[in-house]
Amino acid sequence: MTRVLVVAEHDGARLAPATAKCVRCALDLQPEALVVAVLAHGGADVAAQAARLAGVTGVMLVDAEHNAVPLAATLAPQLASLAAGFTHVLGPSSTFGKDLLPRVAALLGVGQLSDVLAVLGSHRFRRPVHAGNAVVTVDADPQRVLVATVRLASYAGVGEGPAAPIERRTLDVALPAHTRFVSRRESGGARPDLMTARRVVSGGRALGSAEGFKLVAELADVLGAALGASRAALDSGFVANDLQVGQTGKIIAPELYVAVGISGAIQHLTGIKDARTIVAINKDPEAPIFEVADVGLVADLFKAVPELISALRAQGVR
Amino acid sequence: MQSVMVGIKRVVDYNVRVRVKPDGSGMATEGLKMSINPFDEIAIEAALRLKESGAFAQVVLVTIGPAEAEQQLRTGLAMGADRAIRVDAPARLEPLTVARALHALAEREQPGLVVLGKQAVDDDHGQTGQMLAALWGRPQATFASELAVAGNVATVTREIDSGLETLEVDLPAVVTTDLRLNQPRYVKLPEILKAKTKPLAVLPLAELGVDAQPQFTVREFAPPPARVAGVRVQDVAELVAALNARGVLS
Repeated sequence: MTRVLVVAEHDGARLAPATAKCVRCALDLQPEALVVAVLAHGGADVAAQAARLAGVTGVMLVDAEHNAVPLAATLAPQLASLAAGFTHVLGPSSTFGKDLLPRVAALLGVGQLSDVLAVLGSHRFRRPVHAGNAVVTVDADPQRVLVATVRLASYAGVGEGPAAPIERRTLDVALPAHTRFVSRRESGGARPDLMTARRVVSGGRALGSAEGFKLVAELADVLGAALGASRAALDSGFVANDLQVGQTGKIIAPELYVAVGISGAIQHLTGIKDARTIVAINKDPEAPIFEVADVGLVADLFKAVPELISALRAQGVR
Repeated sequence: MQSVMVGIKRVVDYNVRVRVKPDGSGMATEGLKMSINPFDEIAIEAALRLKESGAFAQVVLVTIGPAEAEQQLRTGLAMGADRAIRVDAPARLEPLTVARALHALAEREQPGLVVLGKQAVDDDHGQTGQMLAALWGRPQATFASELAVAGNVATVTREIDSGLETLEVDLPAVVTTDLRLNQPRYVKLPEILKAKTKPLAVLPLAELGVDAQPQFTVREFAPPPARVAGVRVQDVAELVAALNARGVLS
């Protein structure tokens, strides 16, 4: 009997889209029970949103002051306790889940699978290795609880369904005092979130400067897109670190991905290969980005991008 | 004063493209250039800077792997680490086993801080640091882009999806490095020669008394589904037409 516990990601008020994607993955396990764990301070709204995800059979809400900020050291022992009776524990392969789930697994004395991209059976999965240069099929031990993170770019979120029951839980778990939250600086601004945006425009080293990168930002704004960047652009200091797309940054699956002045190193390509349409603008016709692009334009970006911005403005993109 | 322990892994060099063996039994790594996992190199640099600032007395490098991995330990010693330990074990170990071995070493060495890379670029698991912290019952600060130690507390800025988060952790703690933490130093020839005489201890995994039983079986390696190259357009007008034809602008 398969019973899946999904760890909710949220900001205290809203459930992150990552959770609906984890539920989608969990449904592939054909579970008898699919329960979302919401650890929050307050959290009634988040629990209500989780309860309406299609396929969810229940929500466990742990409302406690120590859950006001998501610290892995605090959350992991609570989740290890909630995991009793479940065969699978899933969380998102976001920085939240990647930080938390291995700690939960180790407390449970089990290994963990990272970045599940396909479920082949209750204990058989696929996951990428070597920057996506290979996909491995892995069998897990059915005698142990399976802890895994879900590769978000591989799953669409589930829609809404009838509201599942919400159970309030109080846990008697010793929590450490050795880890303290100091501050958080959100760099988001007005643009859509890179992880979940329908459209993403990324720039590379060829932009030449932070000033040059404004051209990419303008194109992103015309398209209503999120802004991304290659590692080369980050290393050159053009933009903030959290815009990195690729193996060691964000792995995304937008409907439209526009790569401007990005050559297309394998580490970058692994972050975008699930995009539905990839557009590349680069002056080097031999750039590897063209091997994966659905639409490629060999051109000087400083000429082509302003033209594209004008054309899109004239057309009135929504 | 305590030491900083740094765990490193020998991997195929970041710049080399690895392919699946034709029979699907693994990756074709024979003859490829091997290096220190790039995040682990950043971990070594972070530890060296902390030692140079006077926060710690020594930098101890650790790897869990076969004899060839001593090349990477020697490189780390040439960067400036004081001594190294190789736990003799096969190259492919699950992160939980590595974390258990590091935990056993941490109990022996009693370091004030353990620094690891956030993930190895071969298996891409990204688990070992968090697991070590759990087993050791100590704080974790993953994906670090800034690290400062004052007395018995480390202040760590972490790269998270929405921006940056700063944590304060009591030592000993486990920190995993992100790319922007530092730029690792280059190794100079005299340092390479000096590193040959630095202490490098070898001990068998069995001696640490850890459970090394695998929990997963990798059945098959397959190349990723290929994306087929699409159309080349000649100018911006054609580009906009192609996007409209695909319906991605509405």
